Amino acid sequence: MPAFESILTLVQNACTHTPPVVDDNASPKAIVVAAEDLLPVAQQLFASPETYFDMLSCVTGIDNGPTAHTMEVAYTLYSIPFHTHLMLKVKVSREKPEVPSLSGLWKTANWQEREIFDMYGIHFTGHPDLRRILMPEDWEGHPLRKDYTHQGYYRDIKVAY
Amino acid sequence: MPTDHIQYKSHPDNLTRSVPYKFDAAQLRSEEMIVNLGPQHPSTHGVLRLEVLMEGEIVREVVPHIGYLHRCFEKHAENLPFNQVIPFVDRLDYVASMNSEHAYAMGVERMLGIEHQIPKRVEYVRVMVAELNRIASHFIAIGTYGMDIGAFTPFFWLMRDREHILRMLEWASGARLLYNYIWIGGLFYDLPIGFEERCQQFIAYIRPKLAELDTVLLQNKIFVQRTANVGVLPLDLAINGGVTGPMLRASGLRFDLRRVDGYSVYPELDFDVPIGEGKMGTVGDCWDRTNVRVQEIHESLKILEQCVTKLTGEHKRTRDFDPQALVPKKIRPKAQDLYVRAEIPKGELGFFFRADGRNDIALRCKCRSCSFVNLSILPEIAKGILIADLIAIIGSIDVVMGEVDR
Repeated sequence: MPAFESILTLVQNACTHTPPVVDDNASPKAIVVAAEDLLPVAQQLFASPETYFDMLSCVTGIDNGPTAHTMEVAYTLYSIPFHTHLMLKVKVSREKPEVPSLSGLWKTANWQEREIFDMYGIHFTGHPDLRRILMPEDWEGHPLRKDYTHQGYYRDIKVAY
Repeated sequence: MPTDHIQYKSHPDNLTRSVPYKFDAAQLRSEEMIVNLGPQHPSTHGVLRLEVLMEGEIVREVVPHIGYLHRCFEKHAENLPFNQVIPFVDRLDYVASMNSEHAYAMGVERMLGIEHQIPKRVEYVRVMVAELNRIASHFIAIGTYGMDIGAFTPFFWLMRDREHILRMLEWASGARLLYNYIWIGGLFYDLPIGFEERCQQFIAYIRPKLAELDTVLLQNKIFVQRTANVGVLPLDLAINGGVTGPMLRASGLRFDLRRVDGYSVYPELDFDVPIGEGKMGTVGDCWDRTNVRVQEIHESLKILEQCVTKLTGEHKRTRDFDPQALVPKKIRPKAQDLYVRAEIPKGELGFFFRADGRNDIALRCKCRSCSFVNLSILPEIAKGILIADLIAIIGSIDVVMGEVDR
């Protein structure tokens, strides 16, 4: 079972832009990386025989609100053979949120990233099929953003929440 | 009733304008056609709409369109205190509410740091009702699956037997399907007097019925021919696609979160984790998935027996036992991010919480639903098959649309 320190070293070596930051306040323990470094880091964690994170359990989008002006994507990784957990986090600006897509590594990322795109408007670059998934295609806005206000009418149906 | 109350104006394009087809009908080659399955069709198990690109009778491409049952669970969960979210959690996987409640309550308890203080009796009651509900959920999965591909009798038999479970759970909680029984820090109420005995009677009643089910469905030649070697999900694809639950186990991996994570009192209980062995065809085919579910019912019965022993012996009811004793008055976890997961009948149900420590409402509550992820693998395994097999595959995935769309 790889220790958290060895995973951290691996992540540090894979980061070329900004050094990663450890977030102790998360369970499983989280490493915050820059959006530009996400793809090489994920590739390392996925392919390296020491970590072997073969399962991407959950991809979560988080909006920190207009005052903090950031959005986050949290990836919960799990390695079946080693029984280790890890959380990877990426912080992006709310203006033009862009995160590289991990659907090339884990197929499960495909739909989960589509859901985040739908709910938060975070754009996943390199995603093969980035469409809305839960909301209708012609819905206005991204419902889980903290400053979201719904449209008055959708196809003559009053939207009430 | 005056008709001007109805604001909705029907338009012939409404379906396709709100969720357009991915394939353009004008671009098709000869022999190709687009078939729209759903959203209202009995074999899609709810409001699942599939856009199928076909060449003759061969399926070339499947595009699921979901979201017809989206009820804004995550938005609600970010606007309500933690304890008031539980009724919404019930409505995720509405045929196995106890299991979802168990996962959610466990997550909030872990955030509060009271996970290990929960009385043993409460934990055993939780496991017992969750396993009962697991059996009920598998009954629906197997019964409707049989009906999908032409076996009518098992559906009625299983619905009859499921009714026994629902009546027991109604007795305990007051509701047939959406229980709100497992609370954060405890239970709504202790089990009614006589529940353990009735549970024992149920176990004795159901075992011969499962033997009948085995002969009438699993060993049935027509059923085997419709399901064996159909919809084979290889293990590497299953893991890469995040598939969990009976689907992953049918592909040959002994992976059950009740064993792997050992949450609640599951480490104290003795049960096996059945996997697909390709008895009738290939490992990971539709027959294996159904068989794994049937075997899991046997394992759940084993767990139930042990729970009954514990609940009538070591942790038996006492006059002064209060299952709500640990329920916090104010649920305000420290600022943290937490991912919790548990095994529900369909797979890994996960919750991602973010609490800010100043509020008893979650800043973020994401539900990682197993039906959603399991369904996302359908386009991969439904290429180059016959349309009749597509229906067989959808049924074997066992999706509940309430959980897919949330």
